[in-house]
This record gives sequence, structure tokens and C-alpha cells, in this order.
Amino acid sequence: MKKRNVFVASTTLVALALAACGGTPGGQGAVTKDPGITDTTIVLGGTHPTTGGASVYGTIGKAVEAYFGYINDQGGVNGRKITYKNLDDGYNPPQTVQLTKQLVEQDQVFAMFNGLGTPPQTAVQPYLNQKKVPQLFVATGASKWGLDYKTNPWTIGWQPNYVSESIIYAKHLLNINPNAKIAVLYQNDDYGQDYLDGLTKGLGSKQSLIVKKQSYESTAADVRSEVATLKASGADTLFIFATPKYSGQALGTANALGWHPTVYLNNVSAPQSFMNAVTKAAGPAATNGVISSAYLKDPADPKWDTDEAVKLYRQIMAKYYPSGDVNDQFNFYGMGASWTMVDVLKKAGKNPTRQGVIDIVTSLNEKDNPFVLPGVVIKTTASDHFPITQSQLERFEQGKWVLFGDLIDTRGQLS
Amino acid sequence: MNAVSIAAPRPARVAPLVLLGGVLLLVGLPLVVSPYQSFQLTFVGALAIAILGLNILTGYSGQISLGHGAFLAVGGYASAVLVHNFRVSYLLTVPIAGLLSGAIGFLFGVPALRLSGIYLALATFALAVATPAVIKKPHGLTGGVQGIVLPSIDPPPGLDAIFTAEQWLYYLTWAIGGALFLVGWNILRSRTGRAFRALRDSEVAAVAYGINLAAYKTLAFGLSAFYGGVAGALLAMATAYVSPDTYAFPLSLALLVGAVVGGLGSIAGPLFGALFVEFLPLWAQQLSRAAPAVTYGVVLILVAFVMPTGTAGLLRKAVVWIRR
Repeated sequence: MKKRNVFVASTTLVALALAACGGTPGGQGAVTKDPGITDTTIVLGGTHPTTGGASVYGTIGKAVEAYFGYINDQGGVNGRKITYKNLDDGYNPPQTVQLTKQLVEQDQVFAMFNGLGTPPQTAVQPYLNQKKVPQLFVATGASKWGLDYKTNPWTIGWQPNYVSESIIYAKHLLNINPNAKIAVLYQNDDYGQDYLDGLTKGLGSKQSLIVKKQSYESTAADVRSEVATLKASGADTLFIFATPKYSGQALGTANALGWHPTVYLNNVSAPQSFMNAVTKAAGPAATNGVISSAYLKDPADPKWDTDEAVKLYRQIMAKYYPSGDVNDQFNFYGMGASWTMVDVLKKAGKNPTRQGVIDIVTSLNEKDNPFVLPGVVIKTTASDHFPITQSQLERFEQGKWVLFGDLIDTRGQLS
Repeated sequence: MNAVSIAAPRPARVAPLVLLGGVLLLVGLPLVVSPYQSFQLTFVGALAIAILGLNILTGYSGQISLGHGAFLAVGGYASAVLVHNFRVSYLLTVPIAGLLSGAIGFLFGVPALRLSGIYLALATFALAVATPAVIKKPHGLTGGVQGIVLPSIDPPPGLDAIFTAEQWLYYLTWAIGGALFLVGWNILRSRTGRAFRALRDSEVAAVAYGINLAAYKTLAFGLSAFYGGVAGALLAMATAYVSPDTYAFPLSLALLVGAVVGGLGSIAGPLFGALFVEFLPLWAQQLSRAAPAVTYGVVLILVAFVMPTGTAGLLRKAVVWIRR
């Protein structure tokens, strides 16, 4: 029995191992064309977390799929339909590495598009650059995507970076209240850290205005004690660099404690739908007067109700992603980035190559993306890899975001 | 649970042949599969080492750990910091990572002596939850929230004509894994292994027979953490990147799932467990794009019902059934 036991164990192991390897081994690819291109299709790959702690971002990948579905029904791009292979990496870098290798080597994608999260995309960046696979419009606002272009020429982001966004807030504050006493609540990860760095950069010699900083872990139950500590510092200005769940708690807690500082809220936490939820739960006093910034239109904001892009967005959501929340700004973001991707593929012409696509991506001057705010130009050059650098300040008044001031351009401030 | 059947000391003429066949298969696989598949099997190897470590602690010694990812974090970061900050050869970092993690595991085992059952599970759970936050603190050493990007591993000069990078990593991982399996097998068959099992089955009876409870419990923790540290170093090398997000709680949970699915208290179990942990999430995604988590959950529940003693236990039962 014992011998056979070992035998069965090892044969099962063999069988399992072989089954695991059952997929077709990656071929060497066509000689003349880059991988992922046939006469009728172009294959793109991506990773978004649909499970785990960051699964709230998973909807972005589904919105991208929806947009490509719409484009394909319109006839595709240059006669080719887009196949978007989007996998769930759970925001876990080792998983991202494996899935990305699978997409590149087994599924033979032409390029990676809109992979989400700074740590996961950092993990695959060396690999993709070594293989010369375009890592396009990653879904993270870290400044490194634009800064490291010399060592990683195949990588580029899309949205405004967090550091620049923070600089805008700091400059605005110094204008309206040069003697502010600043309290900061930030998430203790790459995302919160980038915002904090931007704030200190923007304050420059006035860094001592920050009287108290409190961080929280993205696994924390709530941020009430942090907000109470910040209030006790006597600050009159509060910067919130958090994700929506914690931002909402922070706004509600400050209000409940009777603390009404000038609040700067990061863009990720500022979609109309979240603000509505907070206002409903904590009362209008919790959100009134909050300052943020925007570079995209917001599908939940009534002022865009008659906008053509928002109308199109709603139609696409209804037909291609009916289970998604039409008011979720993340979905709108996903389609905005997809618009640029499709634009790039169009410009790449009948016979796109990876090198050709990168050349286009690094010489963008896209003035007609309908998803971004009017006037925002998506622009890159060989030495400037920050596609979107413009945004506009907005203030939450009587339940609505009101844009104020001009578009602010931070181009050139980081490079 | 009859945990000794595979490890039975009865000499057998067929067993070495089967073992040889298994080794030949492992050696031959990377020559026939694609580089990407070699890469996946490298992860399986490293996961198997980690799960074997957890099995020593939970399966053999009866101490539940919900925080084993923490030891992988210690190993992974030890290796990454040594390679990145101190330019130590990556090969050298593997034993260092194991020993450091083992020492920390041993020390953690001391307060854990006072805890058992659900309380130990909670304490180790806290360890898993705290790990990412702890990693972020010494920013200069660990790179903080940004993590550390490592150079990709290439075969050493002279061997690079023979192996691709993926093959080299695969052989490295499985060679270390094979050695650690042999060591584990020998330890678990010995006096130490019997003491572990006696503690698991009844602490009171074990102490009555003169087994030093404190010594063996902390030894199990140390040994288990050593395996975890080595696995962590190998996983860090394969990923070529470490970050706090790598070592969040789901990793610890995946290891425990692997240990249970493979078969607690079985030396071959971790291999099955590692295959399960590596491939089920991928299959679940291919099966259902809409809700891979549901597929994963359903399969896990089925496995628990059909194979309450894990894959190794099921195979054992199947063999008994065939022989009748």
C-alpha cells in the first residue's frame, strides 16, 4: 500500500503539473508583425483588482471593456477589433507579475493598457521594458511614471500625478491664507505619501505651517481618532489625502466634533456620488466649502447632464456594462483613458508596431478627448511623459461642485 | 489522522524508483514547457516550501498560524535588502533569509507558548495584519511604501549558455525545495517529529511522557519560520520586487488554505497545496469572468467536503479502497 501510495501521489502530481501547463505554449510570433496583431484583431492586456482590499477599483477594467465593446460594434480601429484581456491581480504584485507574463508570453498581447496600482505596475515595469512591450496609460497617479522615462521608455501614465495635484492645493492655500495652520490626514502607502510629498513641495519654505500629520493604514476600521488628534492640534486647514471611504469618515467626524476647517480633498475622493453620500449621512455642513480639483467631467454632476460625452458614456454603460454604477466616476475615468488608447491606435495606422505606438504615445497633442474638462489637452513629447497636467479647482457649494479660477497647468514643474 | 503512512520506515524497492521518476519529471519539465510555465512552476516550488513550513507548525505540531505571510515577508525583505543595499550575492541571501526568519519565528514562539487554539490563531492573525505597516516604517531600509525593485535573476556566467533565466530560477527553487523536503521528511520521521505529533494529539499526555513542551513548541515555530523565510526569499527573487502589499493578510490565508487542501500532517501535501494555491485563482478567472471569487469559494467548500483530510488524505483513502 505504501509504495502504491507514493506512486499515486507522484503520478497525480505529474498529471496536475501537466494539466496546469495545458495551455498552448507561446509561439515565437510572426516575423513581420509584432505579437497580438492579426488582420481582424488587436489584443491588449491589463490587470485590475476585482478581489481583495482594492477591489473598488476593479470596475475601471470593466468600463474599459465596455468602451472597447462599443468601439468594436462601431467597426473597431482601422478594421481591427480590440480584444481586451483583463485579469484580476488582487493588487498583489507577485500575482501581477505572473499574470502579466501570461498575457505577454502566452496570450501574446500587443501592449498592456491601464494596469492598475503603483506597486503592481512597479513590479512589472522592468519586465515589460526589457521585453519592449508598451505599458500604456497605467491607472495610477504616481509621479514616477513620468519621471523615469529614460530608464523605462515603454511606460507611461495618463492622469495628473498626485504630487502636482497637491502642489496646486498648496499654492491656492498660500494665496488665500499665508498663515494657515495645516493638519494632514493621509493614507500610509505610496498614494498618500505622494500627496504628502506634493504638499511639502508646494509649501516650499512654508513647510512649518503643517502643525500635525496623521496617517492611517488602508486596512484601518476608521479614522476617527486620527481626526480627533488633528482637531486637537488647533489647525484651521485640513488636507485629506485618502480614499473615498476614509475621506467620508474624516469629513463626517470633523463635522460631528464641531470642527470646520478649510478642507482640501484629493481628487480621487471627490466624485459627486461620494460627496452626495457623505452629505446625506453627515449633513450639509460636513461637505459645504470643501475644495478639490478636477480634470474629468463627472457623470453624477448635473451640470454635465446635457454634455455629449456624458450622454454617450451613459449609453455605453447601459448597453455594455449594465451591472455597473453609472454614477461611479471610476467608470468614467476608465472610458476617458480608453478614448486616448483608441486615438493612439487610430493614429498608429494600418500596420501598428510596438515602436510606432510608443512614438505616437510620446508625441501626443490630443485636444478632442471629450471625457476631460473643456480645455484640457493631453500632451506629451519625447522628454515630457506627463500626459495630463491641467486641472481646475472646485468648491462644494450647496451640494454641487462649482469650478472656479482658470485651468492650472503644472507642466514642467516636476521634470 | 494517520499521518505516517508515507513516512513509514519500511524499506521498499519501488519507492526509490518513484522518487527518481518524480525527480526526473521535475528536472525535465522546464525543457518542454514554455518559459512562462517554468516561471509559474517556480512559484509552485517556493509556495510548496512555505506550505511545508506551515504544515510542520500546524499539521504536525497542532499550532494554528494565520500569520505565516509575516515570515515570508522577513525572508523576502532580508533577501531584497541584502541584494539591493549591500550588494550581497542573491544566492547567499537565501540561507541568511531563512536563518533570520527562523530566529524571529523562534522568538515569536516564546510568547506563543502561553497561547493555544483560537488564541494563538488570533495572535498570529495580528502578526499578519501588522506586517505591512511594520515594513513601511524603516523607510531607508525597506524602501517604505514604494518597496524595492530587484535586478532580475540571470544564470551565472558559464551556465547562461545552458539555461534561460526562467529555467535557472526554476532549478534553483526546486533544488532548494527538494533539499528542504528531504530535511523536513527526516526531521518529521525522527524523535523530533514524533514529539511534534504527540504535542498535537495531547499536550498533557506528551508532557507526561517527558516531552519538553516549551522546547518543542518553539522549535516548531523556528523551523516553520525558517522554511517560510527561504520561501520568501525565493518568491522575492522570482517576482524581482518586494512591497508591503505583497505580504498583506490574503497571503497568510492562501498558505493556510494550501496546507489544508494539500493535507495537514502530510509531507507530500504541500506540493498539492502549492499547485492549488497557484492555479485555482487563475482557473477561477478563466471559468467565470464575472465572479472568480465565487468560483474559488465554491471549489474550496467542495474540497473541504470531499477531501476533509486534504489531497494527500484522499489519495491515501483511494489507495486503501483500490487494494480491497
